Amino acid sequence: MIHLYPKKEFDLPLIAECINPDVFQNETCEKIEQLKIWEGNSQKKLGELFKVEENQTASQPEKTAITIYGDMSKVRKIGACMQNGEIMIQGNVGMHLGEEMKGGKITVHGDAGGWAGSMMKGGVIEIHGNASDYLGAPYRGSSEGMRGGKIIIHGNVGSETGAHIQNGMIKIYGSAGQFAGFRMRKGIIYVQNDCGGRAGACMTEGTIIVGGLLESVLPTFSIEGVRKKAKIEEDEVVESPFYLFLGDLTESGKGRLYVAKEKNPHLRIYERLL
Amino acid sequence: MELLVKNGFVYDPLNGIDGEKMDIAVKDGKIVEKVNERKAKKIDASGMLVMPGGVDIHSHIAGSKVNSGRLLRPEDHFKDFEPKTPITRSGVGYSVPSTFTTGYRYARMGYTTVMDPAMAPLEAKHTHEEFNDIPIIDKASYPLLGDWWFVLEYLREGRIEECARYVAWMITSTKGYAIKLVNPGGLETWGFGHNVRGLDDQVPYFCITPREIIRGLCKVNKLLNLPHTIHVHTNNLGKPGNYVTAVETMKCVEDLALENKPAIHITHCQFCAFKGDDWRTLESGSEDIANYVNGHSHATMDMGQVIFADTTTMTADGPFQFALYELSGNKWVNHDVETETSGGIVPFHYRRKSYVHAVQWSIGLELALLIRDPWKIFMTTDHPNGGPFIAYPKIIAWLMSRKARGATLKKVNPRARSRSLLPSIDRELGFCEIAIMTRAGQAKALGLKDKGHLGIGADADIAIYNVNPETTDPSRKYKSVRRAFKQAANTIKDGKIVVNDGEILKHVGGATMWLDVQTLEPIKITEEMKRKFKEYWTVEYENYPVTEHYLEVSRPITVKADV
Repeated sequence: MIHLYPKKEFDLPLIAECINPDVFQNETCEKIEQLKIWEGNSQKKLGELFKVEENQTASQPEKTAITIYGDMSKVRKIGACMQNGEIMIQGNVGMHLGEEMKGGKITVHGDAGGWAGSMMKGGVIEIHGNASDYLGAPYRGSSEGMRGGKIIIHGNVGSETGAHIQNGMIKIYGSAGQFAGFRMRKGIIYVQNDCGGRAGACMTEGTIIVGGLLESVLPTFSIEGVRKKAKIEEDEVVESPFYLFLGDLTESGKGRLYVAKEKNPHLRIYERLL
Repeated sequence: MELLVKNGFVYDPLNGIDGEKMDIAVKDGKIVEKVNERKAKKIDASGMLVMPGGVDIHSHIAGSKVNSGRLLRPEDHFKDFEPKTPITRSGVGYSVPSTFTTGYRYARMGYTTVMDPAMAPLEAKHTHEEFNDIPIIDKASYPLLGDWWFVLEYLREGRIEECARYVAWMITSTKGYAIKLVNPGGLETWGFGHNVRGLDDQVPYFCITPREIIRGLCKVNKLLNLPHTIHVHTNNLGKPGNYVTAVETMKCVEDLALENKPAIHITHCQFCAFKGDDWRTLESGSEDIANYVNGHSHATMDMGQVIFADTTTMTADGPFQFALYELSGNKWVNHDVETETSGGIVPFHYRRKSYVHAVQWSIGLELALLIRDPWKIFMTTDHPNGGPFIAYPKIIAWLMSRKARGATLKKVNPRARSRSLLPSIDRELGFCEIAIMTRAGQAKALGLKDKGHLGIGADADIAIYNVNPETTDPSRKYKSVRRAFKQAANTIKDGKIVVNDGEILKHVGGATMWLDVQTLEPIKITEEMKRKFKEYWTVEYENYPVTEHYLEVSRPITVKADV
């Protein structure tokens, strides 16, 4: 098990793709200290910026588990493209966390920056704080969204959560900003609390479940009926009456948007259409 | 500076040299008979190919539409970037690379002359500003004139000579090189929300047909004695069954050709060689087109080969791009350039497993192989419409090796594979034919006298590739050929060594070539023209022309017109 302690408070953005269990595996502490990290426009060695410690007494002799202590909110691309292992961050973390990750697990005991789990293909990201915009969304302009894996957020998230998502699951136990599931193609997004406007804009398939207040449903969604419960995954079912909307009709979409009935009395007018 | 390229296998088809072992001497940027062997810097090219620098007749590398493409596709940039080095500047982009990167990438492949085929005259200044930033390669641009209101009005009235004068004024004031027609008539019709369906459909309001426009501008081209023919992107491009239109387009100027000289260039022919009634029944029409071209000598064409990759399509053909947008559901740019032309951009991913895309891939190669005379068909991808130009080495391998074609054919859509003509074609091109299709033929078609050959007095643009034609059988060892063409051992531009083993050694500026068309009497700006500028354009005519000081390295080519 590797422990990383930042040696200073970072002012400049760091690009640290090398903080990745696949890279650390089978390397000695000295080798790990030599790994290259961009700090602003200059290339530094990991050892100059972090104190590296190996916990040899632990039962896990491999270096597939990394724990980082401290504020990492300037550090980007941690765990990018990782396939195995585990990263735990005791603090906040910067943008592009777990970009294109294929497997393994990342846990953050703090907040995450934008584009966490961007273009992810597998594995799990769990964030105990809040996450910023573009959670699980692709790079700007791209339509190659998240293809698999699971993102669990215990706090709130920003706008455009799960844009272009093609598969996989995003669970948010707080609130979400605007445009959740924008251009969604498949997969599931669950928002336990309130959700900003325009949820599911241009979605073609997939499911969005909103457990809290949704100010308005886009006019391009049609009401399908009222359902007693909504299933998130095999062992997780939300029991509460939901309005079920289908859309987005501008894209001839068949996406399913569940909105909790009790929290949204203003949507009662739709019942007349049933 | 003197330079001597020693002992290479020289392929110079324009001068009839086919793989002869000889030395090439260079002095002051030109090829000369001999140099002082002791003083000159020597390049040992033994066991290597020596060819003239590559010429690309059709590649969208600069201008407003390319830049809109860059803006539209940030995702195209972030996976393909080149950091700066002490010599080169940084750049990004796979299908629409930034200006500097475009120059470096072409130079690395041994290309030294590239033509940007679509410049909206109104956006000429933008195109030339980007040209100034494209290093190493020489370039020129074709103004889009097929749907210019002046042309349509004068051709309708049959005033060919007046039309020719205005075209001459336009080419000279936009610093263009040839007359480009894109979906003639169709772009103006697109302004009314429709498209023309064939050569004899009328353009609304102007009451003129595509046939009249093509024939008219072909006559204009001849009156002005322009070095290149008209450069035509046919009507109905990208629609199943359009091979008929392509053949008809070539037929309609058959009688205007003189002394077996080409009169028309059909560009990215792959996109107009579709047979069938719809996308499901799409088939290759390459055989019919090849038969026609083999029997006639007035037409040249380029391939527009499709590469299986994620690319950005951009043409002035607004209605075609709209159809592509509807087909792909992708993001889309549409643009109407006042009185002149239109434009559209749609990102597009060609996939091996798609029946239509695999058929398109096959059509491009079939055309190149079925047309017997390599002087009539040139290698392009219509960058970036069929794929980025960096894929040229792949196409060279496919053309030179049946095995390479078979290897790709194995991976494509099975239905497309069973219908492809490629397994029945045994032809494998040699290095000489490749030299014709990638440089000599293109330079000849463009009328570039100093390019595309290594004769005395030619520009010293030389490409050296590390492959030995005596020991390497390109048919079997296509991978080493591909590797060699991907990274030139040396590229020499104007007598300076700019690339060594795929690495840029020098950042030199490339020239912008343009035609200074001199009419018998100087062209007067008539009151009528001034009035039209006031009424039709947002730009005053005084601000319209691109003055020569706009071009960093200007290379005018004087043409004496017959009007």
